[in-house]
Amino acid sequence: MKVLGRLHVGTRLPLLVIMAILVALTLFPLLWMVSVSFMPALEASQYPPRLVPASPTLEHYRVLFTRLDMARYLFNSTLLAAVVTLLSVLFNALAGYAFAKLRFTGRDRVFHTLLSAMVVPGQVGMLPLFLMLKQLGLINTYAGVVVPGMASIFGIFLVRQYALSIPDSLLDAARIDGASEGRIFWSLVLPLCKPILVTLAIFTFMGSWNDFMWPLIILTDHKMFTLPVALANLLGEHAQDTELMMAGAVLTVLPVLVLFLAMQRHYIEGLVLGSVKE
Amino acid sequence: MRPWPVINPAFWFVLPALGLIVLFFFVPVLAALVLSFSDFDIYALGDQSRLRWIGLDNYLRLLHDPLFWQALKNTLYFAIVGGPLSVTVSLGAALLLNHRTLPCKALWRSAMFLPVVTTLVAVAVVWRYLYHPRYGFLNYALAWFGIDPIDWLGDPAWAMPAIILMAVWKNFGFNMVIFIAGLQNIPQRLYEAATLDGAGTWQQFRHITLPMLAPTFVFVAVVTMIGYFQLFAEPYVMTQGGPADSTLSMALLMYQEGFRWWNLGYSASVAFVLFVIILAGTLLQLWLRERTSRP
Repeated sequence: MKVLGRLHVGTRLPLLVIMAILVALTLFPLLWMVSVSFMPALEASQYPPRLVPASPTLEHYRVLFTRLDMARYLFNSTLLAAVVTLLSVLFNALAGYAFAKLRFTGRDRVFHTLLSAMVVPGQVGMLPLFLMLKQLGLINTYAGVVVPGMASIFGIFLVRQYALSIPDSLLDAARIDGASEGRIFWSLVLPLCKPILVTLAIFTFMGSWNDFMWPLIILTDHKMFTLPVALANLLGEHAQDTELMMAGAVLTVLPVLVLFLAMQRHYIEGLVLGSVKE
Repeated sequence: MRPWPVINPAFWFVLPALGLIVLFFFVPVLAALVLSFSDFDIYALGDQSRLRWIGLDNYLRLLHDPLFWQALKNTLYFAIVGGPLSVTVSLGAALLLNHRTLPCKALWRSAMFLPVVTTLVAVAVVWRYLYHPRYGFLNYALAWFGIDPIDWLGDPAWAMPAIILMAVWKNFGFNMVIFIAGLQNIPQRLYEAATLDGAGTWQQFRHITLPMLAPTFVFVAVVTMIGYFQLFAEPYVMTQGGPADSTLSMALLMYQEGFRWWNLGYSASVAFVLFVIILAGTLLQLWLRERTSRP
């Protein structure tokens, strides 16, 4: 036991080695994806597998953009994720603030109902949702993709947790000064909640960008596809073209990876905040 | 005459979000239950008058559908093996990252978190290649240890383990970050006191770290389970549910019945069974937690 208790004295090197191995294993699939995407056709189909391209080429990226409409899918994904993010951050902020700071009948009961509804998997409602949107003529439209993402229980929860820390005295002072509730929200609450709204925006953007099942169901025409749907579809025709598929995967993953690396502090703080019970 | 009733301004704040959530989430979920009592199919899709109410027939049909049992078995396999495995890896990584002698913690953490933010479909495409029986890197690396090539996605016995391995790689960073936050909330003085009392690393882990992490564990376990039961994109992209239906999940079965064959009524009953299983699993975990937290 003595030995175990003092383990930390000599653990630094082994710890670093273990971490290096773990990180290498974690990053390997992503690095290999990038590397193979630069290989000329068929270079990825040999044994032993090549780690780095012998003569790197941008051929597959060129094909993706010129023949396979990749720019269109990038545009679709970006537009849809941006619209969902904008709308849902606004609506979730309004509701989250109200659940935290405004008084109305049934507030806590409604909030707890929402929280318990988080165990219901989104997949359950997808069939009727599809039929509903079909009635509304929203199949194969951008609106059809956006509509179910315009507000989220998690988003409301996240904003509420943060807004709880706004002092009531501040809001009351603004009310005494004659500010309307809308004005208080816009010029006082929104700036105060900015950190969590940034976090929520990153979450929502990534969630929407990476979403697969719903766009797969609602979008039927190539021109409307988001990147994940297009990539899954591409696999149907180009399963053998490993290098091309890897280039497609890189283009799909790259924007969210860059976004994460640029904003990781907000992202991870928000994740932790969202996991803390009231 | 009474004046216009004054509406609480809070109403306007919650109306958009609540309206959307009720309309596009609560109503469809309830409608799914109603739909599961009907024989809504491709004919009813064109002409609603063809719809018939058939009571529990869809659920009775499920009981006799070998595909349903296969999907149920596969989903349980994925959730019961993959879920705990993923949580264990997350905890291990969190303990390493939280070690006080480790330099550059944020850097390591970000690196291990990267798979979480990647697009599932894209990394499934990448892993499909890693698992390639002839050119894939995994078999190549296994050959260093004298292990014969495995047909990861082509062998019914290996396809689900392959999907689990990928899912663990993709997800462990998420719970890892939550565990790190939980670990950092444990007061340092507990460890100092234990060290003074001569408790070793393992005893400290067993009697301080684990009990203090219990609330984090419940959250992680519930969220992980809910996520793992919804397995869809991995088999959709990597195996299409095969080989021999060995990776057909409940969600994939629901998708195929509903959106490929347009048996929407039957598909809704699959979705509802999945919902009931997730609900039961959540309640079970909360109940277990309640029971074990009482001395």
